[in-house]
Amino acid sequence: MYKVKVYITLRESVLDPQGSVVKQALHSMEFKSVEDVRVGKYMELTIPSTVENVEAAVEEMCHRLLANPVIEDYRYEIEESVAQ
Amino acid sequence: MKFAVIVFPGSNCDIDMYHAIKDEIGEEADYVWHDDLSLENYDAVLLPGGFSYGDYLRSGAIARFSNVMKEVVKAAEQGKPVLGVCNGFQILLESGLLPGAMRRNDSLRFICKTVPLTVENNETMFTCSYEKNAEIQIPIAHGEGNYFCDEETLGKLKENNQIVFTYSGNNPNGSVADIAGITNERGNVLGMMPHPERAMDTLLGSEDGKKLFQSIVKHWREKHVVNA
Repeated sequence: MYKVKVYITLRESVLDPQGSVVKQALHSMEFKSVEDVRVGKYMELTIPSTVENVEAAVEEMCHRLLANPVIEDYRYEIEESVAQ
Repeated sequence: MKFAVIVFPGSNCDIDMYHAIKDEIGEEADYVWHDDLSLENYDAVLLPGGFSYGDYLRSGAIARFSNVMKEVVKAAEQGKPVLGVCNGFQILLESGLLPGAMRRNDSLRFICKTVPLTVENNETMFTCSYEKNAEIQIPIAHGEGNYFCDEETLGKLKENNQIVFTYSGNNPNGSVADIAGITNERGNVLGMMPHPERAMDTLLGSEDGKKLFQSIVKHWREKHVVNA
């Protein structure tokens, strides 16, 4: 099986109001050293290892559905786990 | 003139949209389920507001892959009027029929109130019954109406007069250039966050939304009936 970990964050150029609020909250907890917070999404996909060209498939999934490239960046890690 | 009101699981402004067409404007309307495979029999397509598919992943992201959206794209290519309001606007953005994307409101709050808009372009099939620069009162009700596009896209929107409505008072959600509604380049697809279908009767606050639907009908009649 492939285990795919997908990380999605707002692009650098896009203001992240949620991240700003979380940063303020961290500051009020006295973690004043935190300079920036970006809130994102994390997804795990499980794909049988019989699937060919898994990287191209994951790329398309991210580009067309999982992330919106107008405002979001994505990256992913594909791990192959040995069958039990 | 016959309107299709598209219904997704989670749409909640479909009945208002239907009422606006049927009872206030006096034209024909049908509800069309998201799984339907043809919009051939309709002259215009309305994508209502709501929370299609629970706004899972991103607003409009799942609805965009429903069967009927292929037909909506086809209708848009044929030049039929396609109007997306609120969640409908978000679906149009996700589907690529309109440029840009929605972010959460900069206040991070869901905002529900009537706001003043400026009609920036009254030469579209959606706004030809309004005066240029008219200020109209239309309700908004959204948590993700903070329109975003890059500088290049914004330049194009301005150049082609695709910015149809802007917020004329305080910008309620942080949208780029105070944008409340935009069309595609061709001018037959309009997406807007404010709800014209909720502004059809002074008894309920405002009837400034009426002219939008009247514009669609007027434009269509001029094109199809007068020449017939």
